[in-house]
Amino acid sequence: MVAFQARRAWEAAAAVLDPEVPAVTVADLGILRAVDIDDQGRAVAQVTPTYSGCPAVLAIELAIEAALRQAGFDPVIERVLAPAWTTDWITEEGREKLRAYGIAPPVGGSSSKRALFGEITVACPRCAAVDTSKLSEFGSTACKAQYSCNACHEPFDYFKCI
Amino acid sequence: MSTALVAALIGLADDHLILGHRLSEWCGHAPMLEEDLAMPNIALDLIGQARGLYTYAGELEGAGRDEDTLAFGRLERAYRNLLICELPNGDFAQTMLRQFYFATFMHLFWQKVECSTDTTLAAIAAKAVKEAQYHRRHCAEWVIRLGDGTDESAVRMHEAVTLLAPYTGEFFIADPEAGGAVAAGVLPQIQTLQPAWQADVEQVFAAAKLALPQAVYAQKGGRRGLHTEAMGHLLAQLQFMQRSFPDMTW
Repeated sequence: MVAFQARRAWEAAAAVLDPEVPAVTVADLGILRAVDIDDQGRAVAQVTPTYSGCPAVLAIELAIEAALRQAGFDPVIERVLAPAWTTDWITEEGREKLRAYGIAPPVGGSSSKRALFGEITVACPRCAAVDTSKLSEFGSTACKAQYSCNACHEPFDYFKCI
Repeated sequence: MSTALVAALIGLADDHLILGHRLSEWCGHAPMLEEDLAMPNIALDLIGQARGLYTYAGELEGAGRDEDTLAFGRLERAYRNLLICELPNGDFAQTMLRQFYFATFMHLFWQKVECSTDTTLAAIAAKAVKEAQYHRRHCAEWVIRLGDGTDESAVRMHEAVTLLAPYTGEFFIADPEAGGAVAAGVLPQIQTLQPAWQADVEQVFAAAKLALPQAVYAQKGGRRGLHTEAMGHLLAQLQFMQRSFPDMTW
């Protein structure tokens, strides 16, 4: 029974969309670490912050809390710092959704320093060309850098490897 | 050790909050759009790091102070940030050089804290180390571009070097409050970071065709709550809402 409830709570929380990148869920991004039912019957969601300066952390926590409440649970949000979140926590499905949304996903094994500094090939999420250039190391949100495709000339966001 | 560690963490958090606040003043005023995005992005990272440190310091202290109380509810003398963090921005060259100095220092600092015996601090460091390194590279590129740029930009960068020279020594003065935490392997011994910092700065200065600053008397006092005249003005703006409407929330 508890296992069933825990699964139902996970499904409710996992469906919450990221407020800044509404193409992916908090589960896709690996921000939602676990949801368990404690001995008082409350749904305890473990949430990990992404970038230190991510202003969406609070919005995400509130959205998860609301989703759990709507599914009939008494929610508790726990902020988990260790192990630190890296872009490696983003699931394969999450990476595909980012690409389809027009954001180049972080390149696999991405928490390496080489990847963080863009010394890797970032493929255009629209035409898949690998001939792209970095426009700016900082983008519209804390998690993104700006790139431009030299083949189709579309500018695009790249999810920074942290 | 706990009380001293709380004070040391608050000092570290103050560095990040105050410098983050300073940097945010560039929002809407940067010389180009990319930098108008870059500087507030860096400021956000710094303020995010400050939040993590304040929250943890408040938990350790156990006296009910949270990140907001610590950030907004103290008097000037209770802030323990390094003086370099509170200096006015000056021009773009001065801002970039200061950020380069700070990010280079913090990158070395967080690398040590990643191996801290305190798992919460190690987790904060694991994230912050990459952010500091990202900031360091961005600012180093500007130091090089301006130092080895036009006549005008080179003059500005030379002036920035002279202006900030008295404020870099304080990075490596041990925080008296951190002694116990250093002995326990929670925080690094700050003096040991100096040679690596110096080597990094020398390398970037060589590429920027900048002369290293003359050795000057190091201004200090931030860690004891003794600030420059700029600090009160900064706090007046930073604390305005909480002073006008105590305990307000959005």
